[in-house]
Amino acid sequence: MGPLSEHEDPGAGSGWGHSHERKGFFTDTSICIGCKACEVACKEWNRNPQDGDLEILGSSYDNTGSLGANTWRHVAFIEQDQERIEQARESGRRLVGLGMPGIGPKPGAEAPSGAGGCGSGCGAGAPTGTDGEPGTGDRTPPDTPEFRWLMSSDVCKHCTRAGCLDVCPTGALMRTEFGTVVVQSDICNGCGTCVGGCPFGVIERRDDGTISAKGDRGRVEQDVPHHGTANKCTLCYDRLVDGQTPACAQTCPTTSIRFGDRADMVDEAESRVRQLHDRGMTEARLYGANGNDGVGGTGSVFLLLDEPEVYGLPPDPQVPTAQLPAMFRTAGIAAAGMIAATALAFLGGRR
Amino acid sequence: MTHSTFDGYRPPEPPRGRRRRRRDGDRSPARRRDLGALGTGDGGREMPMVEDVEFSSYYGRPVVKAPPWGAPIGLYLFVGGVAGASALLGAGAALTDRPALRRNARLTALAAVAVGTPALIEDLGRPERFLHMLRVLKPTSPMSLGTWILSGFASGAGVAAAAEIDRLLGERLPLGPLRPVLRCAEGPAAAVSTVLGAPLAAYTAVLLGDTAVPTWQGARQGLPFVFVSSAALAASGIAMITTPVAQAGPARVLAVLGVAGDVLAMHRTTESMHPLEAEPLETGSAGRKLRWAERLAVAGGVATLLGGRNRWIAAAGGAALATASALTRFGVLEAGIESVKDPRRVMIPQRERLEKRRAEGTTDDSITTGPGS
Repeated sequence: MGPLSEHEDPGAGSGWGHSHERKGFFTDTSICIGCKACEVACKEWNRNPQDGDLEILGSSYDNTGSLGANTWRHVAFIEQDQERIEQARESGRRLVGLGMPGIGPKPGAEAPSGAGGCGSGCGAGAPTGTDGEPGTGDRTPPDTPEFRWLMSSDVCKHCTRAGCLDVCPTGALMRTEFGTVVVQSDICNGCGTCVGGCPFGVIERRDDGTISAKGDRGRVEQDVPHHGTANKCTLCYDRLVDGQTPACAQTCPTTSIRFGDRADMVDEAESRVRQLHDRGMTEARLYGANGNDGVGGTGSVFLLLDEPEVYGLPPDPQVPTAQLPAMFRTAGIAAAGMIAATALAFLGGRR
Repeated sequence: MTHSTFDGYRPPEPPRGRRRRRRDGDRSPARRRDLGALGTGDGGREMPMVEDVEFSSYYGRPVVKAPPWGAPIGLYLFVGGVAGASALLGAGAALTDRPALRRNARLTALAAVAVGTPALIEDLGRPERFLHMLRVLKPTSPMSLGTWILSGFASGAGVAAAAEIDRLLGERLPLGPLRPVLRCAEGPAAAVSTVLGAPLAAYTAVLLGDTAVPTWQGARQGLPFVFVSSAALAASGIAMITTPVAQAGPARVLAVLGVAGDVLAMHRTTESMHPLEAEPLETGSAGRKLRWAERLAVAGGVATLLGGRNRWIAAAGGAALATASALTRFGVLEAGIESVKDPRRVMIPQRERLEKRRAEGTTDDSITTGPGS
């Protein structure tokens, strides 16, 4: 079906002569401490202008708001009570065995061997504080804490089937050799179609060049590169071509943001979620690791500790272009009906 | 109840709602209670939070973004439809020997694209780069296909209308030796605009349907029918204004067919949508526009049926129809942009379809997965 159904390695399917491994992030929110170093590093490296008016948004420690044209990493803060934690634990438990057939060990197989792969960060977020031996099969829930903070660094998903890329009329959005999705800012004419095409609300057109500084200091002009064009995370394309790590992953002090080959990221995510479940933290679940989902799996995989809605992530995103053939068919029928009605009008009107 | 002297400075508690509602895109009252109760940790200050489980969001913030499309795009949706349907009317008039209707329809088509194309360009973030639209032809992008349809249509309509203008002015355009060329090109050019007329009127529905915007996405199966009907009634309405009743007979028939199609398609579309997705089409400013659009369309249709042979009634009915079409387009555009503001419109339909698939036994296509075993 051509560009509408790209496979797991979109970079190879996009006409790049040489083959790179598909790159991606694994954002393990269970060890995120909400320091926002990723936001700062991203802003500095990519020279993204200030977003908004430096307001206090009243949403815990999140005063960034959301991803957008000028914000390519966004750390979410959620405060939850005991009841909500228990619900998350229960909803995560129901996911066990659902989905991802064929990935990871089969039921009854030896439990995770890759637990060592998650480095020093493992366990930092475990409320029990025990180093429970993974794979013992003891899934007795740990004592549920009375309160928890969820912190999660959100980013562009670099979808396998990217809505923004599909609908871009200028070819400004492209698939890189690393399987990521990047806007060529010298091509984009700011038509805004990609903004509606993204099921995660990530990409946005960079518009206004003026901001107001805190208080009554008046409007301030700031240097806004690429104004009027669509902007989003590039997975630090300029760093990747030099063999470097994206700024956010390099700066993350807890290795909550990891960067590497996408297949390795999914493996790490799989073993980490298994490890957490073995400790009784059944609230852990993966987001974006399933190649069968509505966007064909994401390049940025997340480990979440509650339903995606809680983090502001859509629970069942689907790339709009999946429905495009059906829509063209419907539009064709409608257009034919219009022609038929016109013909009828002239035949009937002949008196 | 007051615990300390400073409690009097506290703002009044928001009313308890069953469901969280946004307040100015800010945090919800329910969330605020959570924070208050949890932050103090004494457990005695606020009420329980059981009511919140039915829906959670991230501080009521939007999940998806609407395209940055303003009034110029609404105008284009309207005049693009007028142009496409006018080309069809012009072709029919040419085939059935109605010179006044043919001329007026072709001039309308040219005027419509002459208004619509600058409107499209004006709404770009970088208008000076509008020609980048023609770098590629991309079947997965309705915007790309539409740009090519519009370009082809405008070329054809331009040549056909130029020939009409020349005839209208008694061959006084300074064309010189080019006049025979124009005469020769007129037929093929009109044919091009006729072939592309219906696609021009229909593709904008695909453009809106092919987004993650809940109201447009939910309407994607019915919207093409709404848009072609709306285009037909608008172009017929304008033809009824510009053309003497003796030659406007087909326009009157098409207008009535368009009204019937428009009203029927709009109702069926709204009914087939998830209630949360349909809500922006029925409430607020967009809902008001669409209600007026329906009233004006019906009024224009009735006027056409009963008094279409009177020049004045026909013109008034035509004006009502054109206004109805414009209101429909602006209403649909506005409803979509409104629909992203409430995350429930994205979250709840998605959660429901996910649970439905799970209940039917499809468990391997969720973006959220647990451990494999």
